[in-house]
Amino acid sequence: MDTFTVENIRPGGMTRRQFIKSVIAAGAVSSSGLLFSGPAGAGPKTSPGAVERLITLAVNGQQRRVDVMPQETLAQTLRGKLGLTGLKIGCDRGECGACTVLVDDVPMYACSILTHSVRGKNILTIEGLARPDGGLHPLQQGVLDEQGFQCGYCAPGFLMATLGYLKTNPDPTRQELAHGVSGNICRCQDYDKILTALMRGAEYMRKG
Amino acid sequence: MAIIRDGMAPFDLYQPTSIEDALSLANRLGADAWVLAGGLDSLERFKDRIKRPKAVIDLGNIDELRGVRREGEDLVIGSMTTLTEVSLHPEIRARFALLAEAAGEVASPQIRNQGTIGGNISQDTRCWYYRGGWDCYRAGGGTCYAGESLEGQNREHAIFGAEGCVAVTPSDTAPALVALEARLVIRNAGGRREVAVDDYFVGPGSDITRLNVLKAGDLLTEIRLPATWAGATFYFEKVHDRPVWDFPLVNIATAMHLSGERIDRSRFVLGAVAARPWRLPRVEAAVAGSLRNAVADSASRIAAEGAVPLKNNGYKMALARNLVKRAILGKRES
Ligand SMILES: Cc1cc2nc3c(=O)[nH]c(=O)nc-3n(C[C@H](O)[C@H](O)[C@H](O)COP(=O)(O)OP(=O)(O)OC[C@H]3O[C@@H](n4cnc5c(N)ncnc54)[C@H](O)[C@@H]3O)c2cc1C
Ligand code: SF4
Repeated sequence: MDTFTVENIRPGGMTRRQFIKSVIAAGAVSSSGLLFSGPAGAGPKTSPGAVERLITLAVNGQQRRVDVMPQETLAQTLRGKLGLTGLKIGCDRGECGACTVLVDDVPMYACSILTHSVRGKNILTIEGLARPDGGLHPLQQGVLDEQGFQCGYCAPGFLMATLGYLKTNPDPTRQELAHGVSGNICRCQDYDKILTALMRGAEYMRKG
Repeated sequence: MAIIRDGMAPFDLYQPTSIEDALSLANRLGADAWVLAGGLDSLERFKDRIKRPKAVIDLGNIDELRGVRREGEDLVIGSMTTLTEVSLHPEIRARFALLAEAAGEVASPQIRNQGTIGGNISQDTRCWYYRGGWDCYRAGGGTCYAGESLEGQNREHAIFGAEGCVAVTPSDTAPALVALEARLVIRNAGGRREVAVDDYFVGPGSDITRLNVLKAGDLLTEIRLPATWAGATFYFEKVHDRPVWDFPLVNIATAMHLSGERIDRSRFVLGAVAARPWRLPRVEAAVAGSLRNAVADSASRIAAEGAVPLKNNGYKMALARNLVKRAILGKRES
């Protein structure tokens, strides 16, 4: 587990001690469905919303406590607060795919979803693929064997999109897989080799 | 062009778990609140600081807004059902394949996994002057940069129904729902109303600042497909610059009831040619009672009648004619 969840983040410029006090003091939430509020609703000093900003996210099989602003994207939380910098922010507008992660097994653009919207769901990032002993996931092995990428910036997004797609279709044709990962761009225009590599990875996965 | 900033401006976030709670929140917060579905249209505008809502009501935790169910003859689709779910749902595919196909052509797999059918038909226009924060008619200002400026870039803009604003609906599923005569359920704290899909979308002549009838406090809860067009002969085609991500330059959704090769009744709807999905009643009238092959040429010739092209978008008239012809014949090559 990392150490920089609560430590680094002090809403409204509070010290950590004040922050924890306010967390304890804030008490119950009254309004139906109200979970938290950001600076727009809360006064500058009291920040009752801070209570609910502290949430637990299930990332790569671990429960991670993290303080999340209402307007924060999943990409910001994962990269900036949980240190998971494998996913990339290419366009920040859902137009490139470099930030793709799995949310309950479904590929999504982490740049275009609020972190609070995925509370209670299982998030898988590229860091969660390798085995704890460092052994590569078969998909990663396929990419390595075929040397699928040039610069590699888009690779984490492609791998996560592929993994999500293979859950719905484990034995795709090349054409089907191309459609499955069509929400990811490679600026090096290396699609042919990428597909070969991902097909190899899919084959390794089927062999187990 | 998107400018990447540090992040979005702050807002209060509400995540109700029932429609009732969402309605009372929407009622209480009024115009301060922004309804969030998949967020793919919304977050971009928050990031660009073009929209700065005080509060956001995220519908993502309301289970009753998701899923597809049968109610009598109607197929009822919850507004928060994702586009992927719509495109894969067995009953939608079996009875209303037109909608499944249109949903499957939206954007990219990830966007379909997250974007909702309710959000797709309620999204705002993509006119880049407006999206870029220019003070045009649609934004409450005094000119139209796309249509009235000599330098206006309007290749993607309207050929029909423009009044002041020449922006178009960007939705792929909206024309399909118009062809299928869907009914939309809108709820607010005051009650529930059902709107015919033809009345959901608005052009600049009736309100230049919005593309649909939703007002502050309103929630779109259901999309209802009556049996009227179930199992009809459908045609959907989207013309776009790139096969993924790109919004339609023009799309077409049609439904025809045939006796053999004779067209009894039909609905022809174009998208991305006007602020609202654009029905072609004259084409519908022209094909009624005729054999498909016999009427394809003459009916397609009137498809762009009444169009007023701008400097850069005359090609949309040719697209409209060709798409109508293909739809009548039911094939891509004609
Ligand atoms: C890169 C990119 C490419 C795209 N390409 C295409 C394309 O080719 N074709 C296409 O059709 N679309 C395309 N889209 C649009 C995308 O499909 C829409 O953004 C998405 O469908 C909107 O749905 P959402 O659930 O994300 O809506 P949101 O962004 O959450 O909402 C959109 C709007 O609808 C309102 N709204 C949504 N649901 C409700 C409700 N239930 N009640 C009241 N108001 C509601 C919101 O307040 C907001 O104003 C693209 C988007 C992106 C980012
Ligand atoms: S087309 Fe409409 S949205 Fe675009 S600049 Fe003109 S008035 Fe604004």
